[in-house]
Formats: sequence, C-alpha cells, structure tokens
Amino acid sequence: MAHDAEHHDHPDHLAHHFDTPKQQFEAGKLGMWLFIATEILLFGGLFVGYSVWRGNHPELFEYSSHFLDTTMGGINTAVLIASSLTMAAAVTVAQRNDPVKQDKRPILILLLVLTLCGAAGFMVIKYFEWTHKFAEGWYPGVKYYEKPSDKSHTWDSHAGVIGVEMTTIDTVDGAPTRGDLGLPDTVTVELPAAAPVAVAPDHFLADKLAAVYGNDDAAHAGDPHGADVTTHDAKHDEHEQTHPLQDPHRPRDAHIFFNIYYMMTGLHGIHVIIGGIVITWLLIKSFRGQFHRDYFTPVDLGGLYWHVVDLIWIFLFPLFYLIH
Amino acid sequence: MADNEHNPLHAHDDHGHGVGHIVPIKLLVVVGVVLLILTWITVAATYFDLGDGNIYIALAIAVIKASLVALFFMHLRWDRPFNGFIFVGSIAFVALFIAFALTDSSQYQPDIKEYRITSDLKGGDSVDAQKKLEETAAQLQTDAPSAE
Repeated sequence: MAHDAEHHDHPDHLAHHFDTPKQQFEAGKLGMWLFIATEILLFGGLFVGYSVWRGNHPELFEYSSHFLDTTMGGINTAVLIASSLTMAAAVTVAQRNDPVKQDKRPILILLLVLTLCGAAGFMVIKYFEWTHKFAEGWYPGVKYYEKPSDKSHTWDSHAGVIGVEMTTIDTVDGAPTRGDLGLPDTVTVELPAAAPVAVAPDHFLADKLAAVYGNDDAAHAGDPHGADVTTHDAKHDEHEQTHPLQDPHRPRDAHIFFNIYYMMTGLHGIHVIIGGIVITWLLIKSFRGQFHRDYFTPVDLGGLYWHVVDLIWIFLFPLFYLIH
Repeated sequence: MADNEHNPLHAHDDHGHGVGHIVPIKLLVVVGVVLLILTWITVAATYFDLGDGNIYIALAIAVIKASLVALFFMHLRWDRPFNGFIFVGSIAFVALFIAFALTDSSQYQPDIKEYRITSDLKGGDSVDAQKKLEETAAQLQTDAPSAE
C-alpha cells in the first residue's frame, strides 16, 4: 500500500492489477460488451421462436395483434427512448463532473432520477396492458383455450340454414397429397335446419352436426330441435361480444401469439426491473459524489445495459404491436 | 482543458486522465428527437396496406433506430472497433440461427398440415386421432393372420 501511495498517478479508484485508468476503463467496457453479446443471444432464442411461428402461421399474428393496444405500446417506446436519452446525457455529465467541486453532481442526480422514472413508467404501462389482457382471458398456455374442433362450425339462424365448415384435403388420384394444389382449405356446407342427417356422408359430418346442435342423439336420430339451435345461437352472440376467445373466426392456435408475446415482453420486463435496480445503485453513488471525470465507468456501463433494454424494445414494438 | 472536453477530435488524445469519449448533450438530444420521429413514422406506416412491404418497412426503421442507439447513445461510433465487432458478431449469429430455423421448419410444414387435416377428418383432437390410428393399425395386425 505504501508502495502505491508513492505513485501519485495511481488513484483510489484504480484497482491494483491495472496499470492506468484507461486500461481499467477499456477492460470494463470489453467485459460489458461481451455481456451484451450474451444478452442478445438470450433474446435471440426467443426471436427464433417468434420467426418460426410467424413465418409458418402469419394469420395467427395478424389476427391476435389487433388485441394489443398500439397507443400504449407507442407511449412505452417513447418513454424508453426518452429515458435512454437521459441516461446517455447522465454519462456525459458524469464525464464532465469535477472530482473536487462536484459542480455537475445535481444535474447527474436529476438525469438519473428521470431515467429511473422512465423505467417505472414503462413497468406501470406494461402492468396495465398485461392485466387488461388477463381480464379479456388471454392467458398464456394451451389449457385456457377451447379445442379448435369445437370451433369449426358456424350458422346463421336468420337464414334458417346451418353451415358446416369442412376442412378439405387436396388429393391426387384419390390419395392425399403433401403439396397444396391451390384449393380452398375449408368449405362451408350449407344444410337445411331440419333433418340434415340424410346428407351426412360419414361419422365425421355426423359429429360436426352433433356439435352444431349440441345434442349427439339428435344428429344421429335425424331429428334436431330447432328451438335448441336458437338458444345456442343467442348464447353464442352474447359470448362473441364479451369474450374475444369465443370469436368463431378466431384462427386455430391463436394463443401461440400470446405465448410468445408474454415470454418476450416478460423477459424484457425483467430486464427493465434489473435496469431500474442498477440505476438506483448509480443514484446512491452519485449522491456520495463518487462519479467524476476521472472515474465514471459504472455510469457508462450501467448506461450500456439500459440502452440494450431500449434496443430490444425497438424490435419488440413493431414485431408485436404493428402487424398490419 | 474545457476546450479538449468539448472538442470530439481531441477527446481521443491521451492527456493522462482523458478516458473515454465525451458525447455533447446537443448531439444526444438530436439523436433522441430523430428516434422519436422514426417511432412516429413506423406507427404511421401501419395505416397503409403494403402487403408484405409493411414488415420490411417496420424492420428497416427498427434497424435504423437500433443503429442510432448503438452508435451515439452507446458510444460505438468512438469506441474501440473490437467492441463493435463483438456486438455485430452476436447479432450475426442470431441472424444465422433464425435463417437455419426458418429453413428447417418450412420444410416440414406440409407434413404438419397433412397430419392436422387427417386428425380433423377422424374428428377430435390430434392425440385422440393418433390413438385411433394406432388402434386401427393394431386391429389390422391381429386380423391379418386369421384372414389367411
């Protein structure tokens, strides 16, 4: 220690295993950038999942994206950009702070408080968005969703006809083919309200009719009750208005969108919270006047972390909220 | 000394304690305003139906915004090139990962589609249909010897 004290150019903030403050600073930055690389790879896995699902099922994303609030997402984007700006400014101010006079300390504290407000504001908006989605019934996970086989029928009571939506299968010489021949994937078979069993070609259609009439025996006996159909229809309309989950036009597996939405915004939200903790720590050290033009590495590296949070959101916003 | 701090050209020079590059607040504010304008543009672009073009415009704007944040807010414009290399390198590996995953999954999509259609025709969800198929196959096997 006595040896160190003899060197007037070896200040307190310089760890003994570094020769110069510059070397220490550059080493810290290199470590931070390596950490940022691992962060990008962490989110990268989720971006891969997103790409595969959206690439193969674009219709799910187009449908489900409409349930997200673009205004809320847009405000959150602006909040994060603003807090990124105040963070970057905080680094500049710390770099100009005089170690003795501490002339820039109040501005540094103000800028860090503003950045922290951005983090808190983002999480508050996110909280309202998520709870709103939960209230609508958009939970993650497959067990909250009806089986798609219950959904594949529609009917119109006013016209007095029943439409059974049938999935078609492209065939070549009577055998199913892998290729898409360009034929429609589903057709709607319209049936008269009474005694449809005569036109039922097989058990499949009979099952579908049973689903329509809500009565297995009725379909098989060929004697469906018109009154039952009307009751079901009225119920159905009610659900359609209150629960998007009951929407008959909801594509199969629409919940996949919300699974990846909760995973990606959730992991991002955890990063916002960690960023908030880091900024709080920087605030405490700033109050003590520990950052100045000779030593500002923690502000710089904490800032880098905060900008990564902003970077990820810059991609999440258009990928989830802005699907046309 | 104050001159050196404010002049970006001199900030690189090693004047003993001169560590890191100081980015002027004015430049940061300009970048922040540009980022907000780009956010507004990317939202406005969704009101025009350009088909597949929408996603490419949204992603292009996102890449521009990310580049601005990395270059100015994260100081990469003045940083050592190796730090930028690590950053861009990690993004390149994610891009490679996405490209291979998409190529692979698009290959077996027709099989999934076919399987789903088949299970729909059997009536019921995929697991039930699979069970039914297996039962039928087992039944056929037990029937075969008696037929001979």
